Amino acid sequence: MIVDKIYTENMFLYYSGKMALNNISIKIPEKKVTAFIGPSGCGKSTFLRSLNRMNDLIDGVKIEGNVIIDSVNIYDKNIDVVNLRKKVGMVFQKSNPFAKSIWENVAYGPKINGLNDRKKLNEIVENALKNAAIWDEVKDRLGDSAMGLSGGQQQRLCIARTLAVNPEIVLMDEPASALDPLSTSKIEELIVQLKENYTIVIVTHNMQQAARISDNTAFFYLGELIEYDRTKKIFTNPDKKQTEDYITGRFG
Amino acid sequence: MINKFNKNVKGVVIEGITLVSALIIIAIVIIMLTVIIIGGKDQLSWEFLTSFPTDGMTKGGIFPAIYGTVFLVIIMSIAAVPFGTITAIYLTEYAKEESIIAKTIRFAVRTLAVIPSIIYGLFGLGFFIKFVGTKVDSIFYGGALTWGQPNLLWASLTMSLLTLPVVIVSVEEALKTVPQELRAGSLALGATKWQTIWKIVLPGSISGIMTGTILAVSRGAGEVAPILFTGAAYYIATLPGVGDQFMVLGYHIYVLTTQSANVDQTLPIQFGTTCVLLLLTFILNLTAVILRYRIRKKKTN
Amino acid sequence: MFISSLIDQRKSNNSTMTREPSKENIVGKSTVENREQVHIDITHKKFRFSDYLAEKVIKGVAFLSITIIVLIFFFVFREAFPIFSSSKEVTATTGKIVQEAQETYGAVTDQPVKEEPQETYGAVTDSSQAQEQYGVQTNDTSITSDPSDTYTVSAGSGFDDNQSAINTLLTKDWVPVSEKPRYGILALIIGTFKITLISMLFAAPLAILAAIYTAMFANKKMKEIIKPTIELLAGFPSVVIGFFALMVMATFLQEIFHYETRLNSFVGGIAMGIAAIPIIFTITEDALTAVPKSYFEASLAIGASKWQTAFFVILPAATPGIFAAILLGIGRVFGETMIALMATGNAAMMDLNPFNSVRTLAATIGAEMAEVVFGDTHYNVLFLIGSLLFIFTFILNAIAEFYVKGKLMKRIQGK
Repeated sequence: MIVDKIYTENMFLYYSGKMALNNISIKIPEKKVTAFIGPSGCGKSTFLRSLNRMNDLIDGVKIEGNVIIDSVNIYDKNIDVVNLRKKVGMVFQKSNPFAKSIWENVAYGPKINGLNDRKKLNEIVENALKNAAIWDEVKDRLGDSAMGLSGGQQQRLCIARTLAVNPEIVLMDEPASALDPLSTSKIEELIVQLKENYTIVIVTHNMQQAARISDNTAFFYLGELIEYDRTKKIFTNPDKKQTEDYITGRFG
Repeated sequence: MINKFNKNVKGVVIEGITLVSALIIIAIVIIMLTVIIIGGKDQLSWEFLTSFPTDGMTKGGIFPAIYGTVFLVIIMSIAAVPFGTITAIYLTEYAKEESIIAKTIRFAVRTLAVIPSIIYGLFGLGFFIKFVGTKVDSIFYGGALTWGQPNLLWASLTMSLLTLPVVIVSVEEALKTVPQELRAGSLALGATKWQTIWKIVLPGSISGIMTGTILAVSRGAGEVAPILFTGAAYYIATLPGVGDQFMVLGYHIYVLTTQSANVDQTLPIQFGTTCVLLLLTFILNLTAVILRYRIRKKKTN
Repeated sequence: MFISSLIDQRKSNNSTMTREPSKENIVGKSTVENREQVHIDITHKKFRFSDYLAEKVIKGVAFLSITIIVLIFFFVFREAFPIFSSSKEVTATTGKIVQEAQETYGAVTDQPVKEEPQETYGAVTDSSQAQEQYGVQTNDTSITSDPSDTYTVSAGSGFDDNQSAINTLLTKDWVPVSEKPRYGILALIIGTFKITLISMLFAAPLAILAAIYTAMFANKKMKEIIKPTIELLAGFPSVVIGFFALMVMATFLQEIFHYETRLNSFVGGIAMGIAAIPIIFTITEDALTAVPKSYFEASLAIGASKWQTAFFVILPAATPGIFAAILLGIGRVFGETMIALMATGNAAMMDLNPFNSVRTLAATIGAEMAEVVFGDTHYNVLFLIGSLLFIFTFILNAIAEFYVKGKLMKRIQGK
């Protein structure tokens, strides 16, 4: 049975009164990869950030409608946002490792949750780095500064850091857009592996990437959800003309 | 053609005038440094720095003035640095950029920065000594005059108010060099705001806090007006405690040069003391300048 | 409906499975193979004490800066306030006698008391006349005119009441320590303005031109020499500059200009100017570099030379900032105490000759506060002077900020 991990209903978002997301209703299944595609500025990143309430950090943002994760409306006033973000992790477009060692970066999440047992931390760090497919490259230099890694490695480190917190959903905002093709393919492989255990939502402006790795694809345009369906259908036989125009490159 | 030539000459002349102005300023600074260092360097000896003045200030050393300056600066820093850092944290991490509160605090800080230092002295007298001090005396000492008079504690606290703006500005500058993405990354991992500040932002701004502290210390060591009547003394026989009046380098120079009985005899001591104070503030400022350039370089990277 | 029933179901699930989120999170081994799905309770806002405490403390401390300003306002004015409430009593015997004299010698009351520049009643003509007419009482007044006595002043002696203090405020005699204290701050105000003017005439052109050089013409290496030098100059304690002025500059300038008084407003003015150069330089340089680069490029693109661009395009655009720089320089000098105490001669003279000594407002406070009796009229007047200084610099700063920001914004937005 396909469980709706994330489910939004008539969701609107306003930046200081100006509407940025218009009536988004979408059901995102668990343990699959769902891709958001669309031209720049169409709202896909904004919508992604709404799923872990990172938009709260911006002044003047207003949300209407329901955003429900695991049957809980995350915009309810009783929601503990801090815990929400442990459940819904995020990887950013530009990798942002802390100016600490590789080990410290990955251990950051568990540590702020109160875990101080060195042995357990080591275990978690190792597992997270393995799951992020970077363990072999860094296992001998865990104490080195994370800033010394290459771009692709830093991004995988950020993924490891997110995994160390044991989230159920991982949001990825154009995770490979700043990387070279080799690193990009490594990350794409990683995503396909991760979906066995995590629900992945990825924003990408690279259509081929979406076609390669996602199970479902949502096409956003000017703040609206134009079409949402299985990836195969979107890319071979879309229903809406706008979708077809976009994927065939008539605009973008 | 002639027009172009005239234009060029004009240009050269104007550029020349501005260059000369800059050179004059540099020259003034160099002259001041040289004169004072040359005049005072002979005085600088271990003995000068570690012994008490004798023979009506004509011989001996300036140890109690150095001691007083150091203690003044320590107490001042303990008061100013935490408060200044916390205020800076509020301005960058908690306050909304355009909020009235933030604007008011910033205006208040800038105003504090331009108030003449003598006013701080008046405030120290009117508030710390005559208000807080006498209240403490009436509550704890049955009215006996203990804390309601000029001493090291009140003078240090007065000085800390003076240097508060310096700390706030330096720390704010450093906090702003921490990229917003790091804060976002930390919050996205489920850290709270305070955890993010404590573990990510503050460690990234240590150099700015240090710069602010050094600049504050440098000002605290050199300013005299605020302590003229809140605790500075010309001569004390023993090293001061917090409740006593104390000697400081700056005040010592002032009194030596304007009121000492035998100006000729004290002249070497005057130069020596000035030299010590100048070198002290010079080194502190140089360190702060270097630190600050390193912070700014990190920002542009 | 469906949703709410789901939510109810989930809630009951959570209540049986609620564990400490902190421990839950890390129990699961996150290998891709075996991973425990642990539920984190997000439905109830957790109260995090350290965050709460941190926020409260930080907010509280931040308000401190506003509080300090308010406190300074309050306490400085508070000590000056008694001047305006003429509630001090005239109690000493000398006072009484003079009053009696006034009653009996009707004509005498109308006779204006001549304001003498000296502190004692030493002037011959007036007091001799007074002596003749005041008879027995004269002896008393002459006793009190003994120089050694005139330095003991306490509240309520002679004419020392707040009413007369206010009356004498706008006169030119600053004679607070005498039997008949006069608190004429006019000479002090003039002296302060005089020295401010001289210091600005010296410092403003130098600093502004140097800033123009640094912002427009200097190459990187020169910038790296000039800017640190200015910052180091800014770090010189004013007592050191005062020392330099007193010991070196005064003699040197006297050799050149051959004036009589060694310490005068000229020497003091230049010394203060040296102290003000860094602030004028820094703000001017900031103003010049803040002009949008597009102005610079557009001008060059028309074919103007570098210096023409500098003077006819950038400088006018930065004028509000330069104005602010001068204002703040004035503020700095106006309240400067140590240099005034050491290099200006400290004589309250009121004339236009730059080679005469002056006494500034700030120096007066600095010199006399330590010797004054708490609660005395003299004490109150000194605080009053402090209040004036405070208001003046506050207003200067406010003008520099609001006016300048306003004009600057308007210009760059092209209004």
